[in-house]
Amino acid sequence: MAHFDENAKPFSNKWLDERIGLNTLKRVLNTEYWIPKDINFLWAMGMVLAATFGILVISGIFLLMYYKPDADLAFDSVNYTIMSEVGFGWLWRHVHGVGASIVFLIIYIHMFTGIYYGSYKRGRELIWLSGMGLFVAFSAEAFSGYMLPWGQMSYWAGMVITNLFSGGSLEAYGLVEWIRGDYVPGDAYLTRFFMLHVLLIPLAIIGLIVLHFGTLRLPHVNNQEGAEIDFDEAASLWKAGKRKESKVIPFSPVFLSKDIFVMGVYFILFFYLVFYHFDFAMDPVNFDPANGLKTPAHIYPEWYFLWSYEILRPFSKDVGLIAFGIAQAAFVFLPFIDRSPNVAPAHKRGLFQIWFWVLLIDMIVLTAMGKLPPTDPTFAFIGLVSAILFLCMGPILVVITMFEKKIEKGA
Amino acid sequence: MRELKIFAIVAFFSLLTYYLVEPYAHHAMHMKVDKDGNEIKIESHGFTYDGTDDIAEAKRKGDDALVAKKEAFWSDVVVVSSMTGDTVAGEAVFANCLGCHSGANINMGGVVPPNLDHAGAIYDKNYLIALIKDPAMASNVDHKYADTSMHPMGSIKFTVTDNQQIADVVAYILEKKVGEVTAKEVFTEACVRCHAVRYAKMTQIGETPKFKHRKDALAHEIKVIEEQDRIKAYMGNLPPDLSMMIRARSSHFLETFVENPQSGLPGTSMPRVGLNQEGYEKVKEYLTEAGDPSKKAREELGPWVIGFFVIFTILAFLWKKSMWRDLH
Repeated sequence: MAHFDENAKPFSNKWLDERIGLNTLKRVLNTEYWIPKDINFLWAMGMVLAATFGILVISGIFLLMYYKPDADLAFDSVNYTIMSEVGFGWLWRHVHGVGASIVFLIIYIHMFTGIYYGSYKRGRELIWLSGMGLFVAFSAEAFSGYMLPWGQMSYWAGMVITNLFSGGSLEAYGLVEWIRGDYVPGDAYLTRFFMLHVLLIPLAIIGLIVLHFGTLRLPHVNNQEGAEIDFDEAASLWKAGKRKESKVIPFSPVFLSKDIFVMGVYFILFFYLVFYHFDFAMDPVNFDPANGLKTPAHIYPEWYFLWSYEILRPFSKDVGLIAFGIAQAAFVFLPFIDRSPNVAPAHKRGLFQIWFWVLLIDMIVLTAMGKLPPTDPTFAFIGLVSAILFLCMGPILVVITMFEKKIEKGA
Repeated sequence: MRELKIFAIVAFFSLLTYYLVEPYAHHAMHMKVDKDGNEIKIESHGFTYDGTDDIAEAKRKGDDALVAKKEAFWSDVVVVSSMTGDTVAGEAVFANCLGCHSGANINMGGVVPPNLDHAGAIYDKNYLIALIKDPAMASNVDHKYADTSMHPMGSIKFTVTDNQQIADVVAYILEKKVGEVTAKEVFTEACVRCHAVRYAKMTQIGETPKFKHRKDALAHEIKVIEEQDRIKAYMGNLPPDLSMMIRARSSHFLETFVENPQSGLPGTSMPRVGLNQEGYEKVKEYLTEAGDPSKKAREELGPWVIGFFVIFTILAFLWKKSMWRDLH
């Protein structure tokens, strides 16, 4: 057995170190977790996401105390009990609603940062894959949460999305009924999505966050130039007090000090939205109670699903479903279809830079068209073209990166 | 500076996406077009009533006879409006109204005739004139009747026929049926005969009192259901509960819809109720209290929370500066 100092005071540094390796933990996770110095505020998005997830959990716990997962009571428990009877219930609801929407903005910024700087390339594939796992889990979490207020949009979005599982011409309505627990979304449907939203998916998210952080530790976070850093050498320079010469900084406190500043700016924006501009995250249609006999004139998902919704929409039933399926999975394969040997920011990678901006703009166009009424032929046509373009972006990437020249990096 | 440049790019694309999916998409979704594809602009007229919308709607239908009828009707209203009413004579005419508008909460011909205690304070003068001339035309639901005298209040066309009489009774209402009025009273007089607000315990027969015995509560509930059935039979459907309406519709929609229901929901059986600006503000106040009661608390707390994070950010910036001072 290891040696335990009998004079160590309980819970003192030494006492803890002997039992849980406190000093090792601190070193590995904080003071000697080296982060490249050459970074910008986009490198803080991970911690911003973690903080937003924390806010969603805390506000969710408060809402959970008064929410009633029952098709007859859900709407009023949210809109009456929480909004007008519970002290500060309105605050937690608006924080939760705005947080759920804004977390996707940060996820997309985080994702596109990764694509721009090539942070999914050799050595970092698992970071990308676990990140995509988080994206899927957050999407499921957002969808299941959207069902809970049981308004018109909850009901009809639930109807449309679960209908997708009928598989077009496969007509697998049995599967749809199995998912819903009923012929139409009803009480059984609401209670199971409630369970998913408050238990199973959050558990999966927490596990995936741990995995995501874990996959980052050895390859280290990328830097603005994609430079390969000798972390041992840089670390010893830092430890020798040569802070200017060293290419790295410790996670805590130096990197964290920047993270927290960025978080502060983010929270100003976040709470501005919570107090003065929450409407964008809380669709007015959802303030009408669910009514299975009254289909809303326009059914659309929340903004963060619009681009993939628009890939489903312009095609015929089966083609649309297949295209939709491909679009859902496409980003997962990024580390394997980008054949370029370079880890470098897009502006140094020639055609890849064009590819990146086309992808970004195409997804914004898809997002807009996903909400605009498809009955307008112009919108429908733009939607179709951008959906086809999106589907071509994968093969195009394979081709342009195969011919990408290796960038010679100076010492 | 590079960081600011990157921030500008991120902000630009975020705001562009926001603009496209929110203001732009909602405008495109709710846009109404006529049969030639031209946009129909729906605008508020400040809760005054001169039939502009009604005539424009008739023109869009391409029904020349209807256009002529509406134009004649509303120009008659202007004529009466310019006449001087005599309140003493008006009081005598008003006695006719009390037969139905007694405040007794009894359904007549489909709905409970509204209480007129504050009619002079909450309704528009021209609207009142129009209503007495022809209730179905005034409330822009003449499409529901082959003959507008079939309107539950249609018999007024035969009882108050003279323009001077109309001017008199309206003068009487505008002078005597006024006074301080609460948001709840306006809502009760103008909306409650059709709409419930369950978050404020309001039903079509008024606010639900507290009952000591369950038996009495159930008996009251049955009375509410019976009234709802009568309204359903008359309107075609039970008009929606308005508890969350203040958040379920935009303020522009609510404004133009209350002014002229046909503008938002063509063909609806909801009549125009003729509220003036003050009357509408009271209704809005009542709906806000029911559907968005945290508005005041929200507006009060906002600056404190944001102020906290501004100070937090300044301190964090200073900390960051001190940490990064000797790095480059």
